Amino acid sequence: MAECVHLEYRVDGNNFVSAGTATESVKSFLKNMGVDPKDVRRVAIAMYEGEINMVIHANGGYAYADIYVDKCIITLVDTGKGIADIELAMQPGYSTASDEVRALGFGAGMGLPNMKKYADECIIESEVGKGTKVTLVTNFS
Amino acid sequence: MTVKDLCKILSATEVNIADYDRKITSGYAGDLLSFVMGKAPQDSAWFTVMTNINVCAVATLADCGCVVICENSQPMDGVKEKAKQQGINMILTDKDIFTAIKMVVNEGQI
Repeated sequence: MAECVHLEYRVDGNNFVSAGTATESVKSFLKNMGVDPKDVRRVAIAMYEGEINMVIHANGGYAYADIYVDKCIITLVDTGKGIADIELAMQPGYSTASDEVRALGFGAGMGLPNMKKYADECIIESEVGKGTKVTLVTNFS
Repeated sequence: MTVKDLCKILSATEVNIADYDRKITSGYAGDLLSFVMGKAPQDSAWFTVMTNINVCAVATLADCGCVVICENSQPMDGVKEKAKQQGINMILTDKDIFTAIKMVVNEGQI
């Protein structure tokens, strides 16, 4: 199917005030496109977790949204420290976030599990010292 | 119940009201944002003591019907403005989370 729209965002690292801006923009776009609100919510939750992860762990990065008629593919790319053990990171409650970040209400170790729960496909590719790429596919109902 | 009903039951102060008539169909309590994102149902009243700017992002993205800030925990700088800008219903009560929920549940509306 032909691609409809490609959106790109720069996500600032360690900026908790602007964190979520990219996701809010994608959510608003999908909503205006008339995508089912339930699907919009699933995209938003999974993407926000990914965006926050880049802010917390990777000094920012880039977020891309490829929106098709029947699905949305979110790609989050950073050049941060990478994830040594993806399986461990996927476990609910596992977190390497700092106390400072936890004080903001993040770092509960539910970010990656939430992405997996809300996206239809969640692909995490990571190399220690090079960065991480997260792909989130949400099929529209 | 509506946001207006919720305000009345809790004798709450308004931080920002975008829609008094928005229907509240369930509730969720918690301060850890990923738990809220993952579990708070759409159109819920979210009871929390967390008041930083990220509360606005979570409320928007998870489609919370109303944020109920408990314990008179004061919204941090920029939160009121962000709530206004994003059309978030946010109210403030001096009740603790347990008491606030009990009061709402006792009304039998959610």
